[in-house]
Amino acid sequence: MDTTPESPNLSASPKGPSEQSGSGVASSSVPLLSLRGVSKNFGPVQAIQGVNLDVPDGQVTALIGDNGAGKSVLIKTISGIWPPSEGKIFWKGEEVHNHSPRGAAALGIATVYQDLALCDNLDIVQNMYLGREETKFGALDEIKMELATNQLLKDLSVSTVKSVRQLVASLSGGQRQAIAVARAVMRDSRLVILDEPTAALGVSQTRQVLELIRTLSSRGIAVLVISHNLNDVFSVADRIAVMHLGSLVSNGPISDYDTNSAVELITTGHSSRVPTTLAPSS
Amino acid sequence: MYKSLRQGDSGMVPVVVGLLLLVTYFQIRNAAFLSSGNLVNLFVQATIFILLGMAEIWVLLLGEIDLSIGITSVLGGAVAVILVDPQFHWSWFLALPAGILVVTLIGALYGMIVVRLNVPSFIVTLAGFLAFQGVLIYIVDSQGTGGTIPVHEKVLYNLVYGNLTPLWTWILAIEGVAIMCYRIIKRDINRRASGLVTEPLTYVVVKVVLLVAVGLILAKIFDANRGTFIVLRGMPFAIPIDIGVLVAGTFILTRTKAGRYINAIGGNSEAVRRAGVRVNRYRLLAFVLTGVTGGIGGLLYVSQLNGVNDGPPSTLTLYAIAAAVIGGTSLFGGRGKMIHAVVGGLIIATIYNGMALLSMSASTQYVVTGIVLLAAVTVDSVARRNSATK
Repeated sequence: MDTTPESPNLSASPKGPSEQSGSGVASSSVPLLSLRGVSKNFGPVQAIQGVNLDVPDGQVTALIGDNGAGKSVLIKTISGIWPPSEGKIFWKGEEVHNHSPRGAAALGIATVYQDLALCDNLDIVQNMYLGREETKFGALDEIKMELATNQLLKDLSVSTVKSVRQLVASLSGGQRQAIAVARAVMRDSRLVILDEPTAALGVSQTRQVLELIRTLSSRGIAVLVISHNLNDVFSVADRIAVMHLGSLVSNGPISDYDTNSAVELITTGHSSRVPTTLAPSS
Repeated sequence: MYKSLRQGDSGMVPVVVGLLLLVTYFQIRNAAFLSSGNLVNLFVQATIFILLGMAEIWVLLLGEIDLSIGITSVLGGAVAVILVDPQFHWSWFLALPAGILVVTLIGALYGMIVVRLNVPSFIVTLAGFLAFQGVLIYIVDSQGTGGTIPVHEKVLYNLVYGNLTPLWTWILAIEGVAIMCYRIIKRDINRRASGLVTEPLTYVVVKVVLLVAVGLILAKIFDANRGTFIVLRGMPFAIPIDIGVLVAGTFILTRTKAGRYINAIGGNSEAVRRAGVRVNRYRLLAFVLTGVTGGIGGLLYVSQLNGVNDGPPSTLTLYAIAAAVIGGTSLFGGRGKMIHAVVGGLIIATIYNGMALLSMSASTQYVVTGIVLLAAVTVDSVARRNSATK
């Protein structure tokens, strides 16, 4: 596989943007996010190498892989936590250099990490608006923020929360995840990255989170979700991207995979049953 | 309520109940406790604890602490006393802000060291406690007045010993109650108009009625003649000063972005940083606000002592922390309101005032205050543990 960084419009990836398929909102020919030859090393340690990945608009892309495969490094690179050591990142076809979380957020990339980054001592409204509070004559406009929060949670079908004035500390794991995702959406995000959103959740809470992911997709928001749970992946994703030992070894529509081939890819890095398998980058 | 208490969200109900129990006990033991003269005395005694408690709350909210506020606030007061002294003869409207400025700058210095150099605040302020104690002794002794500098300036003296006229006392009480009632009712109307969840109407009515009752009772207490040989009526100036700081502090904490961030940083500073907030800026601001509030407390302290001496009050800081924590502010950050210092300060003053009335020894006063503080911190710790394991 050629790992030379090129523009996504030049179809550097083995599977070009126009060939992408999947349910959800129809995507344009140019992927929302494209990585071309992205590598990241920490001194002598090569965490990810030559990653080519397209994330289409309005679709759920599941990023799977074993522990240490480089999934977290990849999403942190996309989120601006770490700049890539090599390669290019394209946003709506334009090359971007988002070297900070603030820069990524300005583009419309929101990342919900496993710790959710919520303040337990604040209520839902206060958490939703943290850092971008509405004010009126210099004072916080609580009513406006509360109304907007109610409306957003209603739009996202988050109905399990009794009151938006509840402290976040009093919420269940699923509710906390929902609030973190809703906050990401509220910031006019076009791409929401979720790091293990269902880890440590019960069955019903997992179902709520998966429903929320589908809702995001139906609203035209691209979702890149890291998960170890293949049941979750196959129930919610439109596309799958598999990482193995720092390389993206497979990337394609969900219909090309089954559980066995996904496990094969995760553990060995290749599978003869998947047509979209990529050769690991050297 | 027990469940709420265990979860740490019972508000101030247990503390207020504790205060009422103390008042009842002292009143039963000595009928003079609830006399208007003694109550006004108690309120004035409490003003220092309340102000320094409010000063401490700013940093406690961050999960930090200021172990020197008792010394630095008195240092600010000493500066004001010295500047209005005939030797320098500054006008009070320059000297008093200068005293506050000194404590504010010390707060800013602490904040810079904590924020920039990442040194734990308890170490920085402990060092400050020792260092500024030395500075206080030096500047007092260097005046050559035998280690004590009396207050010669009328305005500074009157901060504690001056009183509003009875008419102004009533105007202030009625105006204060009216504004608070208006805010409660307006908030309720706005929420109803916006279709938001509101408190039951009965609850709103009870709050308004209670406010009116408390306002009228306080005005009556302050209006009563408490003098023995002369007529002494009206609200001491220290009370509206405390109320002003309380209102300003509460507004900043609850209605401004800065207050929201200071609260949030104590809960999860990393989350606040990821939300794009310049966390260090607001950590520094909290230390500065501790300095401003402590500076005002220092002025009241020197006014109450009618001077300053070279024997710094080593326990004042501990009472400031105790006032905040007993009132309900968490030592671990993320939970605290300015009103907590009011209730906590009143409890400490009640213990001291009541025990003095009962002629109990100073040793007993220390033991009882210590037990009350321990109980308050234990409740806080248990609430946090239960909250974390939910």
